[in-house]
Amino acid sequence: MRLPNWTRRAVLAGAAALAFAAPAVAQTPPGVLVVGQVAEPQALDPHAVTAVNDFRILMNIYDGLVRYAPGTLDVEPALAESWDISEDGTVYTFQLREGVSFHDGSPFNAEAVVFNFERMLNEDHPYYDTGPFPLSFFFSSVASVEALDDLTVQFTLSEPYAPFLSNLAYPTGLIVSPAAVEQHGSEFGRNPSGTGPFTFAEWRSNEAVVVEGNPDYWDGAPSLQAVVFRPITDANTRVAEMLSGGIDLMVEVPPVALSEFQGDDFTIVEQAGPHVWFLILNLREGPFTNPLVRQAANYAINKEALVNDVLEGTAEVAAGPTPPAFAWAYNEALEPYPYDPDRARELLAEAGVESPSVTFYVTEGGSGMLDPVAMGTAIQADLEAVGFDVAIETYEWNTFLGRVNPGLEGEADMAEMAWMTNDPDTLPYLALRTEAFPDAGGFNSGYYSNPEVDALLEEARTATDQDRRAELYREMQQIVHDDAPWVFVANWVQNAVTSNRVENFQLEPSFFLLLGDVVKN
Amino acid sequence: MAGYILKRLITAIPVLFGISVIVFLIMALIPGDPATAILGSYATPENVARLNADLGLDKPEWQQFFIWLGNMLQGDFGRSFQLNRPVLDEVLERFNATLVLAGTSFVLCSVLGIVAGVISAANQYGWADKGITFVVLLGISIPSFFLGMMMILVFAVNLRWLPASGMWPIYGDRDLWALLRHLAMPAFALSVVATGVIARLSRSAMLEVLRQDFIRTARAKGVHERGVIWRHALRAAMVSIIPVLGIQAGFVLSGAVYIEVVFQWPGIGRMLVDAILRRDILLVQGGVVIVAACYVLFNIVVDVAQSLLDPRIKT
Repeated sequence: MRLPNWTRRAVLAGAAALAFAAPAVAQTPPGVLVVGQVAEPQALDPHAVTAVNDFRILMNIYDGLVRYAPGTLDVEPALAESWDISEDGTVYTFQLREGVSFHDGSPFNAEAVVFNFERMLNEDHPYYDTGPFPLSFFFSSVASVEALDDLTVQFTLSEPYAPFLSNLAYPTGLIVSPAAVEQHGSEFGRNPSGTGPFTFAEWRSNEAVVVEGNPDYWDGAPSLQAVVFRPITDANTRVAEMLSGGIDLMVEVPPVALSEFQGDDFTIVEQAGPHVWFLILNLREGPFTNPLVRQAANYAINKEALVNDVLEGTAEVAAGPTPPAFAWAYNEALEPYPYDPDRARELLAEAGVESPSVTFYVTEGGSGMLDPVAMGTAIQADLEAVGFDVAIETYEWNTFLGRVNPGLEGEADMAEMAWMTNDPDTLPYLALRTEAFPDAGGFNSGYYSNPEVDALLEEARTATDQDRRAELYREMQQIVHDDAPWVFVANWVQNAVTSNRVENFQLEPSFFLLLGDVVKN
Repeated sequence: MAGYILKRLITAIPVLFGISVIVFLIMALIPGDPATAILGSYATPENVARLNADLGLDKPEWQQFFIWLGNMLQGDFGRSFQLNRPVLDEVLERFNATLVLAGTSFVLCSVLGIVAGVISAANQYGWADKGITFVVLLGISIPSFFLGMMMILVFAVNLRWLPASGMWPIYGDRDLWALLRHLAMPAFALSVVATGVIARLSRSAMLEVLRQDFIRTARAKGVHERGVIWRHALRAAMVSIIPVLGIQAGFVLSGAVYIEVVFQWPGIGRMLVDAILRRDILLVQGGVVIVAACYVLFNIVVDVAQSLLDPRIKT
């Protein structure tokens, strides 16, 4: 039979289309975990980067002297097997693990540790110019680092600084291979070498970073052959890739997309982290100079509705300035301000202010800001319901920081803000002390000042006894809760979704992504 | 002709200089600086000042401009703060990916648009014309990013025929076949609007030509209809279609930004969006200057092509 011309062409076209679609999207191979990341990493040099997105890769390539114990923010040994702290809290002596090598084959020893900290802190170090090292101020209290012998290293601090150990567990404290830094110089960030459970294999710009299981890992070889980190900036596309089987694990699932992952094909993993989302109130001028008005704002806002409806359960209601993830320092007795609009109206009447007008800075996005526009709008509605007159001004994130960080005076009465820290010290120290006013170089943009809180924070930061520190922090939380310099809103519950082929995966309160124990079938 | 091309190239110099000044000023004037963006929560004035010094941003702005310009003239576009690699490497790699996407879209929309326009014109007010007009208007009206998202939903998530995003498979061969499978959805989504515009304008250009005397002459001397339309009329109509193609090429290149974000295409549009949000000054500046240079070059090529086709345009 002879087909007419056009039909033959149509048949050809149809066949081509079929062939095009036929090899249906290949499943990811067993033993290889494909992770959907939120952005392309900056560099794989742990001392040079600042983003959680990069930390998620780095924590799998490198180890620090210490690390957070699984599921907590408590410090446990890693590359250091043990340590001693001097009586006055200024000298830390670490015994290092024996027989550990970097991925490039060079040995891990005390000299390597000295090299790492000298590179970050000493401007005269030959490899200081491989920076900049934006977070090196975490270790600004380190006066000297010395190798006492091959496996003993001693840090001397200029003053007692309690968060020091915790900072060593942070990515900025991870140990890189000096030999690799010497070999690659400023390109080290693209040729990383550490001691971690995975060795760096390949970085294809804007496509993927590939790491392979390290069979010689000192803490047990990982079961995964390889992990592929794919940057997928658009959240909807990340969801689509997860649904279509293109990735096995995605982080930061948008709240509205969570319902897509119900059922047996996927597992949703959640973990509250050291994050707090709050409103800075301007205590220098305007209605919030009156503590009654500040408390009224705390009562007026329906935080339950914010976390359940706006954020679809991806956050919990915050009670005070310290996130519950810092279990040892958290004041369990603290209750969140309940949602009580009548009480808010009473307080406003008591304060003698009628429909106080409030300028409210809202950001469009930004690190840890969750869903700031929707949250801002809901907050505005709640405040207006009890008699505030709220005008929202919305800014792009960096512009927003440029307006908020120098202080709210002359700018606004209230601003959104969120913080994620690795210890309970940093946030209150930088944002609640009198000496942390913006003109003094801190982030106390609302000018909260309470001598009692100042004294508590100063002591808590330098005390070496953890129980004493906890006591001081609990007291601080209660005072700040009552003074209400902020409206305490939410603690973010980080989420991730895995396909049903992934086992043994859990999220950490530190928000790091640790894949050493993960199994992929 | 060579003189004309040379003249056009020389006039491009002040244009590019102007662009350098403007993009530098914009990046200097927008609020927020790279150090604050990098430090995020930890951007205390002290830390910002220290990092700015490390990044070389503590010099006066006019000095920064001339250093940048001078380096650029020697082919050194500096290093990206955020990606920690030379701007030129990143831009060229990204631009390459954009050209693959935009180039495919451009071919797609040119061919489809012209064919649709010619068929419309040849069957003016007939069913083919009405059908094509309807589809074309629909295409022009759908935002490309929305179309892209819907295509991902249907072809990647539900049918699982095509990969949802990216340019290359994560594992497996990086051959032409793999590229085409990744290219299909973004290239189509990107070409839809331009196809519509080209189809509409080709149609009117063709209608105008079809009314002219030489078409009647061609028909009178017995050229069959297909020859009249595709050989005589289309050739004359191309003179007015080519400038439209030039404009649409620019449109496709700039429209690639949305498509690149939706499909995670590693192109220059997405790079610029990310770079602006992170205040990666040198990457934004270098990227814009290089893209602008390409635009200027493209316009020159279009003008030259037009003067070759139509001797009435003075060179």
